[in-house]
Amino acid sequence: MDLNSLTIDSTRTAIAAKQITASALVEQFYGKIKAEDSEVNAYLTLSEERALHQAKRIDNLVSKGAALPQLAGVPVGIKDVMVTKGVRTTAGSKILENFIPPYDCTAVARLEAAGAIVLGKMNCDEFAMGSSNENSAYGPVRNPRDKSRVPGGSSGGSAAAVAAGTAVATLGSDTGGSIRQPASFCGVVGLMPTYGRVSRYGLIAFASSLDHIGPLTRTVRDAAILLGVIAGRDPLDSTSADVPVPDYEADLAKPVSGLKIGVPKEYFGDGLDAEVRAAVETGIAKLRAAGCSIIPISLPHTAYAIPTYYVIATAEASANLARYDGVRYGYRAKGARTLSEMYRKSRDEAFGAEVKRRIMLGTYALSSGYYDAYYLKAQRVRTLLTRDFEQAFQKVDAIVTPTAPTPAFKLGEKSDDPLSMYLADIYTVTADLAGVPGISVPCGKTSAGLPIGLQILGQHFDESTVLRVAASIESNP
Amino acid sequence: MKVTEKDVSYVADLANLELTDQERQRMLKDLNSILDYIDRLNELDTSDVPPMAQISARFGQAEMGPWSGSAHASREDIPVPSLPHAEAMQNAPQSDGEFFKVPKVIEK
Repeated sequence: MDLNSLTIDSTRTAIAAKQITASALVEQFYGKIKAEDSEVNAYLTLSEERALHQAKRIDNLVSKGAALPQLAGVPVGIKDVMVTKGVRTTAGSKILENFIPPYDCTAVARLEAAGAIVLGKMNCDEFAMGSSNENSAYGPVRNPRDKSRVPGGSSGGSAAAVAAGTAVATLGSDTGGSIRQPASFCGVVGLMPTYGRVSRYGLIAFASSLDHIGPLTRTVRDAAILLGVIAGRDPLDSTSADVPVPDYEADLAKPVSGLKIGVPKEYFGDGLDAEVRAAVETGIAKLRAAGCSIIPISLPHTAYAIPTYYVIATAEASANLARYDGVRYGYRAKGARTLSEMYRKSRDEAFGAEVKRRIMLGTYALSSGYYDAYYLKAQRVRTLLTRDFEQAFQKVDAIVTPTAPTPAFKLGEKSDDPLSMYLADIYTVTADLAGVPGISVPCGKTSAGLPIGLQILGQHFDESTVLRVAASIESNP
Repeated sequence: MKVTEKDVSYVADLANLELTDQERQRMLKDLNSILDYIDRLNELDTSDVPPMAQISARFGQAEMGPWSGSAHASREDIPVPSLPHAEAMQNAPQSDGEFFKVPKVIEK
């Protein structure tokens, strides 16, 4: 089997047709991971026992001629911010270096119930805080398309494994762009569903009003299939929405002609790389040729999205990360004489620089005397940013933009300047704040061969249209 | 400079972080540069704009469309088995098998 070109469809077809057993396929993947992943560093933990057990279960179904579940035998990777029962889960942090979760994340449980095989846990920025995967306590991930460059972040391992052929598909999480931006940098498809579309039960919390789980895949069809499996109400997550889940895969067959596509001028201003601009404009021309009407629009508050995000996300993170205190699980510093000293030393020794920076910023923004000036102000601007989308979607069905202002940058290029790193998410954060779904789909390469991503944003719970427009871009290379 | 060394100490204290001298100096520089950038929010007059805690708070509002409200989720209070004690303790850095052990709570 050529592992680099497998899709969900071709994998499950090969398994069902007995061209290969699930067990043999899993062994092939582990062979490739062990031979090739040390340089890319996409995997933090391999769950071999669990994977082979699941593969045997699928092989038994095949040999009995039983009906096969939708993802039977499809090998997947899981970003290491989703807990997996009995399989170490670190969130890319030293503070959870030895953490063995006692339960499964709902999204992971749903994948396995549908027959998918979890190969292991994917490297990521510590607690999903970063845009380059350089903030992992377990070393950076390298971009398989150019190993001197970052894969993007924070779901860098998830994107890199799909690009490198060491997983057929993966799950990532997106709080400010962490699925779409690495998908763009690695030349794969990355989908952030609507806020509430996918349960976050078992997702290690970063910023709870912004966190989303979604798939990274080789094709738009694969993203549609995976979303269909993980979407839907979960009684264990009261923020999961009770909205019917359509057949995303079937909806791909609907035509794009007649769709109204908005192009917001604010996403094509200063700072946009010329080659990225040209590739996205070519993508827009393809949509016009496919019968879409292209409509210039404005999302007037876009310039305020990054500052809004860095107040709200850090405020929520400072509260969410208060739980890491060295008492019930996680790292505990040695030699502390009192409880408060133990808290401080444990957090000091085991959190990385970016996590501390965000905890400090968030704590400051929530502290007495600054709450109104920063946190409340940011919440008000969040309303304005959301209204921008509500008004735009009265005129258009979907919005097309670049996913990121540049292609993948070099390792170390931005790691000393937090603000310039934050700006790597300038085109993705607004969708998180407004809760609308977004996808990044490859739309060409730079002259140096680096992938470029095109982003499509849609209305709440209208992933079908987002996927359909993405498929149209994908099928017209 | 909005944030002073004293602020860094105060906030680190609130956040249960100690920070080395070197980390404090770096934090002072980074927080000031990020807060300068965040200050551009003050260009906007938001006196008539309601704050938004999360997107589901807007579900069901006319301007959001037909999605049913889930801002105040509630459910029946039905007891179900919780995590077994031994499993809840398995990641404890220090325990006596029954309780988590921690250093002295009351300082002399």
